[in-house]
Amino acid sequence: MADLTPEEIKHHVKTYVIVFVVLAFFTIVTVAISYLDLGVGASVALALGVASIKGALVASYFMHLIDEKITIYWTLIVTVAMFLILMFLPLGNMLAQTKI
Amino acid sequence: MDIPYTVKDRPDTGLYNGKLGIWLFLASEVMLFGGLFSAYVFLRTGAESWPTGADILNVPLATLNTLFLITSSVTMVMSWASLKLKEFDKFKLYAGLTLLLAASFLVVKYFEYTAKFHHGLFPSTNNFLGIYFTLTGLHVIHIIGGMIVIFFFWMPGAKMWESDPDRFTNRIEIVGLYWHFVDLVWIFLFPVLYLL
Amino acid sequence: MSTDHHKESIWTKYIFSTDHKIIGLQYGFTSLVWLLVGFTLMMIMRYQLAYPGNPVPIVGNLLGEGGIIPPEMYNSLGAMHGTIMIFLGVVPLAFGAFGNYFLPLQIGTIDMAFPKLNAASYWMYFVGSIVMIVGFFVPGGAANSGWTSYPPLSVTATMGQTVWLLGMVFLITSSLLGSVNILVTVIQLRAKGMTWMRLPIFVWTQFITAFLLLLAFPPLEAASVLQLMDRLVGTSFFMPSGLVVSGVVQNYTGGGSPLLWQHLFWFLAHPEVYVLILPAFGIITEVIANNTRKPIWGYKAMVYAMVFLGFMSFIVWAHHMYITGMGTSIGAFFQTTTMIISIPSVVILTTLFLSLWGGSIRFNTPMLFALGFIPMFGIGGLTGLPLGLAAADIHLHDTYYVIGHFHYIVAPGTIFALFAGIYYWFPKITGKRTNETLGKLHFFFSFIFMNGVFMPMFVQGLAGVSRRLWDGGEIYAHAADVLYLNEVMSISAWLLGLAQIFFIVNMIISLRGKKTGETNPWGATTIDWTDTTSPPLGHGNFETVPTVYRGPYEYSVPGADKDFTPQSEKG
Repeated sequence: MADLTPEEIKHHVKTYVIVFVVLAFFTIVTVAISYLDLGVGASVALALGVASIKGALVASYFMHLIDEKITIYWTLIVTVAMFLILMFLPLGNMLAQTKI
Repeated sequence: MDIPYTVKDRPDTGLYNGKLGIWLFLASEVMLFGGLFSAYVFLRTGAESWPTGADILNVPLATLNTLFLITSSVTMVMSWASLKLKEFDKFKLYAGLTLLLAASFLVVKYFEYTAKFHHGLFPSTNNFLGIYFTLTGLHVIHIIGGMIVIFFFWMPGAKMWESDPDRFTNRIEIVGLYWHFVDLVWIFLFPVLYLL
Repeated sequence: MSTDHHKESIWTKYIFSTDHKIIGLQYGFTSLVWLLVGFTLMMIMRYQLAYPGNPVPIVGNLLGEGGIIPPEMYNSLGAMHGTIMIFLGVVPLAFGAFGNYFLPLQIGTIDMAFPKLNAASYWMYFVGSIVMIVGFFVPGGAANSGWTSYPPLSVTATMGQTVWLLGMVFLITSSLLGSVNILVTVIQLRAKGMTWMRLPIFVWTQFITAFLLLLAFPPLEAASVLQLMDRLVGTSFFMPSGLVVSGVVQNYTGGGSPLLWQHLFWFLAHPEVYVLILPAFGIITEVIANNTRKPIWGYKAMVYAMVFLGFMSFIVWAHHMYITGMGTSIGAFFQTTTMIISIPSVVILTTLFLSLWGGSIRFNTPMLFALGFIPMFGIGGLTGLPLGLAAADIHLHDTYYVIGHFHYIVAPGTIFALFAGIYYWFPKITGKRTNETLGKLHFFFSFIFMNGVFMPMFVQGLAGVSRRLWDGGEIYAHAADVLYLNEVMSISAWLLGLAQIFFIVNMIISLRGKKTGETNPWGATTIDWTDTTSPPLGHGNFETVPTVYRGPYEYSVPGADKDFTPQSEKG
């Protein structure tokens, strides 16, 4: 990041504007979808899917993750793995609970 | 002797210390909000009944808030880009806009919360409201924290631009990363709480 | 960080110092005091366990009517004993003190990556520890729902529990700041030539520990917020519907889950136990390599085992919850991961043990503690196996067997390692030597009485004596045959306490002794000994920052002129 030329920065700025428009668009999309009656599974999948796309755009372009170094990637991969464990194992535990 | 790699990148990692530091901190924040999201999933799955977010919460206002935060993310990264282009006045403008948008978010949240209380809806009313207030409350605390730091660099801390512009630019990059994360959390909070 | 030395007042030089060595010492002194406090709480408890119904001497009247400790107060002492020992004692000493002081020296840098953040993390710890103690003075006394703070009991408990939760928020924040600092320092500030596979094992263990703390603590912080909400605002995150306490239906909305707390708590608390042992492995490795005058056997195996251990520690936590009614398939999952995680521990212990083979062993005080660690940790680890197997755990859960198991790992395990570290690094910190005779007496008596306290616990646990009983099991028929062991354990505990006097006296007279002028009295290879003065210089650590040419344990290199070749020695 320390060695970007002014031209490269200006190119990045163009990207930021495009990403902003896409994010705004997806925000409207996700609100619109929520008014449709799609059933639990589809609603959750779509809502989280759109959020993931938006999140990926913010991370990749605003947070420059797309140009980032491998150390950062490793940190995030490990974190995401732990996050998924925290999300799903207690839930799996509960669903498999012995019902008295 | 100075501590190395505070401004210049270390050759083998390609990073300066602060950038690695903030990403690690953000990793811990992922786990903090993750703990609360995990609680939400656990409670909702195990609940006999759970209200639909849109029935209790104000979706249009929250949509507006989402747009406020996304825009503030753009202005934040633009403030950093301005510094890279050595345009200090533009930095001030964009950083100021970021603060304004963040404050707008807080104002909307204030109205949301007071409206709930006015209708007798409190965190203790049911678990949906409990987790709603906790998740958004913790998020609000993070917004306020971010605003304090951005304000510091906008006003008193801006002196560093004169003495050490590269270091100042890096600090704004680091603050920006934190701020984008706060936006990221909301990008997930919004559909989970309001739309599902 | 500029080198112009602005006028330093006592505030900036010592109290709010940003120098990693001063901060390390601050952590060290504070944590040693808390270890003593935590130990004292237990010594008080053990009187009642040995002689239930007899007034506790000296402090009895402070604790209860007629000097008998009532159940709630007994539970306060127990919950705070655990909390203080883990969060105010062992981790700040192992990670905050040793990590801060020696990690920068061992990797060849002048300070931690973020010195001001470092100072902030110490003061957060200090404030958090004061908050914890305030709990003793609020109405209803300190937290008394176990260090595990399970709801619904903890949610319905007195004010002390709120204080505990607030204290935890400070301590967790301190820990997070410290972890970020250690991780960035190791990744970014290693000296030239200090590649990953040339790092001393001590550094590896601090690094992995930092990762565990970084990712595992936040869910507990989240859970603490949720419990605070339940207690203060009346939410029902952990409060089930229809809760009845002492015949009174409780006024909660309900719909919550006590199991949710257990998941979030143990998600941290299991990695936490690896946080308790990893720095110990690191210190023991340094001491063993140094006192066998040969390289560690299986350096790479040890590193990979520790990394694997770190990852696995995140997916075993529900072995603390086997008896909560979880289904057999999920129980089997956690049992499997728990059995797998015992493998890296065995690898590490084996590499340490094999490192002794063919060594020129020097039996000085640090080495005695290191040698004592090996079988003690072995016993602790082996007794974990029946607990990790769900079927056996049905009988052993929440009995004294569990207490025996984890204390063997932490007390004659980690704490022995920490003593080894103190005796080993004392000359580096102070430029003086400790008294070997007092050190050996400290070791021998501690070793004997540690076993005296904790070995009988396995017997009591197998007999079915539950933990957290204020009378030591006196009213239970099934405990009758093993009740006499309570007196044995208590007397051992008090004698163990007395044995620490050897340590305290040793520290005092050694600190007042003369400087020896030696910078490397143990003949060590790592650069914390070779390129620094003793004590190390103020800000900056090194006259010239070293370059590293070789691995960390090049002892007895064939053809070398001395029996150790420092890491920074060329050629």
